[in-house]
Amino acid sequence: MNKKQKRNLIRIIITSLLVIALNFVEVGGALKFILYMIPYLIIGYDILIKAFNGIKNLQAFDESLLMALATIGAIALALYTDGDYTEAIAVMLFYQIGEWFQSYAVGKSRRNISELMDIRPDYANLIDENGQINKVDPDEVEIGSVIIVQPGEKVPIDGIITEGTTSLNTSALTGESLPKNVSVGDEAISGCVNINGVIKLKTTKEFGESTVSKILDLVENASSRKSKSEDFITKFARIYTPAVVFSAVALAILPPLALMISGNAPLWQTWIYRALTFLVISCPCALVISIPLSFFAGIGGASKEGVLIKGSNYLETLSLAKTVVFDKTGTLTKGVFQVTAVHPENIDETGLLHLAAHVERYSTHPIANSLRAAYPNEADNCNVSEIEEISGYGIKAKVNGDVIHVGNTKLMESVGAKWSPCTHLGTIIHVAINGVYAGHIVISDVVKPTSKDAVYRLKKSGINKTVMLTGDSKEAAQKAAQEIGIDAVYAELLPEDKVTKVEELIENKASDKDKVVFVGDGINDAPVLSRADIGIAMGAMGSDAAIEAADVVLMDDDPMKIAKAIKISRKCLRIVHENIYFAIGIKILCLILGAVGIANMWLAIFADVGVMILAILNAIRALFVKDL
Amino acid sequence: MKKSYKIDVDCANCANKMELAANKTEGVKNAVVNFMTLKMNVEFEEGVEPKTVMQEVRKNCKKVESDCDIFF
Repeated sequence: MNKKQKRNLIRIIITSLLVIALNFVEVGGALKFILYMIPYLIIGYDILIKAFNGIKNLQAFDESLLMALATIGAIALALYTDGDYTEAIAVMLFYQIGEWFQSYAVGKSRRNISELMDIRPDYANLIDENGQINKVDPDEVEIGSVIIVQPGEKVPIDGIITEGTTSLNTSALTGESLPKNVSVGDEAISGCVNINGVIKLKTTKEFGESTVSKILDLVENASSRKSKSEDFITKFARIYTPAVVFSAVALAILPPLALMISGNAPLWQTWIYRALTFLVISCPCALVISIPLSFFAGIGGASKEGVLIKGSNYLETLSLAKTVVFDKTGTLTKGVFQVTAVHPENIDETGLLHLAAHVERYSTHPIANSLRAAYPNEADNCNVSEIEEISGYGIKAKVNGDVIHVGNTKLMESVGAKWSPCTHLGTIIHVAINGVYAGHIVISDVVKPTSKDAVYRLKKSGINKTVMLTGDSKEAAQKAAQEIGIDAVYAELLPEDKVTKVEELIENKASDKDKVVFVGDGINDAPVLSRADIGIAMGAMGSDAAIEAADVVLMDDDPMKIAKAIKISRKCLRIVHENIYFAIGIKILCLILGAVGIANMWLAIFADVGVMILAILNAIRALFVKDL
Repeated sequence: MKKSYKIDVDCANCANKMELAANKTEGVKNAVVNFMTLKMNVEFEEGVEPKTVMQEVRKNCKKVESDCDIFF
């Protein structure tokens, strides 16, 4: 609680006690009026001052002015009939309780969300020329400086590790709880927490350009991009207050006049009282606060889960997603080639991999990398010599005296090995020992383990259509799509064809409200990301281009997060709509009941403050998205 | 030119009023008030001095909501 909140809470408590006490005091006339004015002024003096400012600045629809008018009017009526002043004081009291609660709840959620995003590093340990460690502001560290990160500290700036090995906790960035092991040559992303080892980094970016600054900037500014719901409620509030005030004036004058003309008693008091009730209901705060608060909480909760949403408007559009278009490589598949099958002849599987890895020992070709990855202990004491690369064919080498050929079918034919074809899709690497065929190894891109489940979840959460776009061959694309459960596949596309396909899908959607989402890995697909209704870039940790082009950024590359992002957006928008309907509904109901005289001022102010409190509590629910 | 300013205001509707008032101020191309982060992002017209414009903005905001402040 800040000072202002504390002071207001004390005012609220004192006024409540005074009002209760005055109930037991039997006085009348002027003394009663004076006694009751004490709590009224304690609770309402700031409103009255603001009301006066409102008049001075010609702000006819200032809430404080309306609240002051309603309560002063009620007091005047009570004075006229020597009636009850409690009502006017109660209106002021509950209005203040509402304001207090709003200020407290908003302050609390502001703090909550900034705690969620507590990834801002406070300092960097800079090593100077003499090897001394100086604690400096991260902003002062230049590119190429060497900094040291101790266990328990945050990596302050993006950099490459030059010394040391450690595990990094990336959960603040990605929501992923498994630590990432890094050593010399690996990139350390700012915002990660160093768990156990001391590491030295050579910085590759300035602090302002580092991942952590980008993310904070993005999340902090996200709620400035306002959604349609917010625009609607802002416009509604702009019309609502004047409309209610004019109806209040009409209610005070027209019915009594009509009664007079028709020869009945005008009942001025009754109608003025009802008009004052209208003024109490005219404050739009309950409507206006709950919408930005919901979006703020939704965006905050999502970023905790590693889903960065760049604006309230994108959160809103994402909730309307009906079609999800995936890029294949790097999004649904790992985008790295792996050994997926080994078919040996007259030798065992490990033996075949062993030989292939030896022959590829010095090659940097992606295929060589994946062969070595499949046999990690390649550097044993086998004797590998006379390595010779035969361009367009493969590699030949001597391993423990045997001549080994590793390559394509042309290489096999050239050495006279009788190779056999393979039914698997992918790149087939054949191996011959001393000119005799020894079998083949299949290398292909592999589907991510969670892709299938991710697509299933998307469908379960109401996505009508899933589409895969890829530059790969038809067969490979079809196979992956079948395995994952994708509805439609478009293969052999050039990057510009992907844009055309997404445009086609946008044009052919059933209704304007259905939105098309494109998910890519941010490499080469920036045009598609920006063309789709919503572009989601995944695995974007450290990739500036992707963060730039996308509307939603997934910090890691798990496709499950796509369904999660959509669910978060749906939950948030459901809360927004609940709040809009609920708040407007109750207000209109109270206006009707007030006009016919069923609702008195007590009910009006209860409804007003109650609606606001419920709407705020409901809005805060948008923060809880962990189990979606 | 775009600049971001810290603001102080108590209610969401008042923040909306400030936004409206800021947008009506001469020299302001576009202003967005974010109640949740208590920030005002102002895009200025070409060739104006932000400081003088912001003084006007503050004056106009105080007119619609006497209890607000902008820090610059």
